[in-house]
Amino acid sequence: MSIAASELMKTPLNAAHRALNAKMVDFGGWDMPVQYPAGIIAEHEAVRTKAGLFDVSHMGEIRVKGPGALALVEHLTPNAVSKLAIGQVHYTAFLYENGTFVDDLLVYREAEEEFLLVVNAGNSDKDFAWVQQHAPAFDCTVVNESPMTGQIALQGPLSVQILQPLTATQLEPIGYYFFTHGEVAGIQCLISRTGYTGEDGFELYCAAGDTEKLWNAVMAAGAPQGLLPAGLGCRNTLRLECKMALYGHEIDDTIHALEAGLGWIVKLDHSDFIGREALLAAKAAPATRKLVGFKTLEKRDIARDHMPVVQDGRQIGFVTSAAPSPTCGFNLGLAYVPTELAKVGGTIQIEIRGRAVNAEIIPTPFYKRTR
Amino acid sequence: MFPADLKYTKDHEWLKPAGDGTALVGITQYAQEALGDVVFVDLPEAGASFAVGEEFGTVESVKTVSELNMPAAGEILEVNASLGDHPEAVNEDPYGKGWMVKLKLTGDLTGLLDATAYEALVSAESH
Repeated sequence: MSIAASELMKTPLNAAHRALNAKMVDFGGWDMPVQYPAGIIAEHEAVRTKAGLFDVSHMGEIRVKGPGALALVEHLTPNAVSKLAIGQVHYTAFLYENGTFVDDLLVYREAEEEFLLVVNAGNSDKDFAWVQQHAPAFDCTVVNESPMTGQIALQGPLSVQILQPLTATQLEPIGYYFFTHGEVAGIQCLISRTGYTGEDGFELYCAAGDTEKLWNAVMAAGAPQGLLPAGLGCRNTLRLECKMALYGHEIDDTIHALEAGLGWIVKLDHSDFIGREALLAAKAAPATRKLVGFKTLEKRDIARDHMPVVQDGRQIGFVTSAAPSPTCGFNLGLAYVPTELAKVGGTIQIEIRGRAVNAEIIPTPFYKRTR
Repeated sequence: MFPADLKYTKDHEWLKPAGDGTALVGITQYAQEALGDVVFVDLPEAGASFAVGEEFGTVESVKTVSELNMPAAGEILEVNASLGDHPEAVNEDPYGKGWMVKLKLTGDLTGLLDATAYEALVSAESH
């Protein structure tokens, strides 16, 4: 059942998307553009070769501030928060006691005692409740800033040259996964050199009411250079090529952080975060399953999200995300398979509409930009 | 958007009778827009026979896959081989270069919609 468009939540750019003739879909309760008239492939290619502009205002923002802020964020997330410099960002997660995912998120260190947590739209309410539930033991305030915050993501190799004329902030010196504050097109922004596409780019956070003005200014500056508005359809194919996890696919409340290949965000010796005990135990035992990348061998064999991985007619794993890859030119995907089968060069079988189809396990990420 | 000389199904296929007992079949403008960029069309061999409503192939886009169902009973006389290298023809010209199969009709065309009825159906679906 789909929810009537009138009941869906809308970002400040809803009218702008409609004016651009976007195809709108229900994305986790939000009325979001899946593609614009150029189409997913053209938008995907624009991001890889020039630039694309995404509305990501649906993402959730939670601000944690006060003398106990660092201790709270270290309690809630497995990455080494105290090692973040002011102006630095890292990727991390909220985990349950059993090491599975509440959500994945970015942590921005705004000040010694102030952090901005950016979470998935569909999990935003659950995440805010999770932070609030644990906050009373810590001396800090927790504010859900999602409703008053807009966010757009400019992604692609031309991002710096498109954005620089709009701001006095020097963009080139901002390192990957660092951020600063500054005006863009006269609008106060948090300017973050981050993204979910595998390309260079910036995520710009601003007051919700300024989002449309910011979007229009960046579109106008970039359009002559080939910038396209880009929808959630290509956001998915772009992140998949780079093996970036998507909640509800590679990670959820049944998969723990080590199986997901996210051991690099888990600093077991750094702090006593929620989920640490379970992950220590998981690390000591042999892993039963692993996330692998695969390609199917025939053009017609296109695996899709959630299809079963089979062996001798029995399900032994599942596809988390899969699609024809615009950049690689073949059909690829990610799947959880038993550890003994998780070897590059090995063959697995995926059941596509009743047919068991061969797929080869290949190295990931499928795509990596040349810096 | 919905040519008057075609017949339509509720599943968004079209059928174009040639008047000699044969017909071309494809998917509608509405269907190609809903799918987005088409990357592969899986079609049957010539000579295969299908009942009305039976699945005869699939059309895959970047985002999703959709079954193709027969608008009318018939035998496949020819498939559009050019879609192998140019599946995007389904997006660019759904009623022309994007045709999928040529049928020898073995049944009648009752149950198909005319352009007016199909347009009403699409208009109801998109609201």
